[in-house]
Amino acid sequence: MITDIWTVIWKEWRELLFQRGNLRGIVLSLLPSIVLFGIILPSQIGRFWAESGLSLGLWGWLPMLPVTVVIADAFAGERERHTLETLLASPLSEQAILFGKVGAVVGYAWVLTLIILLVGLVTVNFVHGHGKLLLYPVTILLGGMVLALLTATLLATIGVIVSLRSATVKQAAQQLAFASIALTWIPLFGFGLLPTKLQASLLESVNNANNTQLFLISLFVLAVVDVGLLLAAMARFKRSRLILD
Amino acid sequence: MTAIAIRTLNLSRNFGNVQAVDNLSLLIPKGIVFGFLGANGSGKTTTIRLLLGLLEPTSGRAEVLGFDTRSHSDKIRQCTGALLEHPGLYERLSAEDNLEFYGRVWRLPPAKRRSRIKELLNNMGLWHRRHQSVGGWSRGMKQKLAVARAMLHSPPLIFLDEPTTGLDPVAAAALRDELQEIVAREGVTVFLTTHNLVEAEKLCQQIGVIRQGKLLAVGHPDDLRASAGSPRIEIIGRGFTPKLLDWVRSQPLVSSVDINGNQLLITLLKQTSAAPLVRVLVQAGVEIEEVRKGSATLEEVFLTLMEVP
Repeated sequence: MITDIWTVIWKEWRELLFQRGNLRGIVLSLLPSIVLFGIILPSQIGRFWAESGLSLGLWGWLPMLPVTVVIADAFAGERERHTLETLLASPLSEQAILFGKVGAVVGYAWVLTLIILLVGLVTVNFVHGHGKLLLYPVTILLGGMVLALLTATLLATIGVIVSLRSATVKQAAQQLAFASIALTWIPLFGFGLLPTKLQASLLESVNNANNTQLFLISLFVLAVVDVGLLLAAMARFKRSRLILD
Repeated sequence: MTAIAIRTLNLSRNFGNVQAVDNLSLLIPKGIVFGFLGANGSGKTTTIRLLLGLLEPTSGRAEVLGFDTRSHSDKIRQCTGALLEHPGLYERLSAEDNLEFYGRVWRLPPAKRRSRIKELLNNMGLWHRRHQSVGGWSRGMKQKLAVARAMLHSPPLIFLDEPTTGLDPVAAAALRDELQEIVAREGVTVFLTTHNLVEAEKLCQQIGVIRQGKLLAVGHPDDLRASAGSPRIEIIGRGFTPKLLDWVRSQPLVSSVDINGNQLLITLLKQTSAAPLVRVLVQAGVEIEEVRKGSATLEEVFLTLMEVP
């Protein structure tokens, strides 16, 4: 099954990266994100970019952008371009197709995030380093890499479920945009709607809690949600159902 | 004993109130091209989906290459190739990458994959275009590539769902020739759905006719023609007088008589010798140049079957 997953990832990356035709096209398509989040933003934020634990929020948020752009195409695109039935008529297992699609997008978003963060580190060193080498602390580096992977998987899996149910890429992209807005804003609005006393007590608990412990619990919760969503996607992915959709 | 490629027994599938496939029982031997003829919406594509295990039958059963479609659909997909309603090609990928992907899907070793891709693209006349994205290709070229993809892993059985639909006559004829050649060369069994009767007649050793999910007739094209259409005699000549035509019409075995210039078309009630009729016509002064005995065309057989209530 691992070989089959890699086969699907190979095809997805090939389609994704070579849709612009050549290497120059690939670089051009990635350049805006790298310039914005790897050069402009770090040069404005300064040393804080590399040294603060709060930058972990960025590690978690950055991979969501490429995932949102790409994942809508996963199944809705195959359906729209009439390639889905041929793919389903192949001996690839349902799990291999599903995990290959999710893996390709997560891998793409994760690698892009790491590239942006590496470029960001170079920028911070160049603009704000003053001759001293700035590096991400090991805990932030490791935690951030895992966080980026989990948030990319979260959105990719939601995206696959949406894409499986959508007739067109446009429809999937619209639904996914609503989903990502909801994911970002509902917790903030939800917190604001809580009674003031409860808000204060929650904030106090967070302030008093061990940050590392809190971060690890968040990672665990995220991982559990990811697994739950993957299982939901597997339950939804049935050849006979997709053929009739 | 002839080996069987496809066996279905009372295979049925409905979608709500619509009976897409209705008690279909078929026995298709290995090594032939089987043509499945039917109008749009007659159940041809649903039958292919059932045989590939992409849909579950409502009732009945089917075996493809000895594997049950319900319990071993993965094995069926492993040892078959398919060109379905659409070419199913990734248009942003090159021709070579499309085949490379499916070569990996079928786990062909890299060296075998490369040589097979080269062989098929050469056979289809597409080798020099292998690096081009297929998005810009004509429909005929895409169909050829899709046939190559279906044959890539040298499967013993391939499904071709209306492969020449939407092609111009030249491209359709070219694809038919390619198909004929490749089928002969690789000795593969083909399940071909079409509503192109010329195609069926040219390619198929056995034909099944389906209407509203029901199999109406199955057999060799010649047998179908003989069983469904009335025998006829076509006489080319000069001197067919009205009196003579009336005499021909009065003969007990003659069903109808049509005259079109110097061509006389006599439809008979059953197979009989043309010699007595020809002798009388010659004695009456008709100058006969040619006499041909024939039966109904496949198109007439098909149309007759479609009209049966």
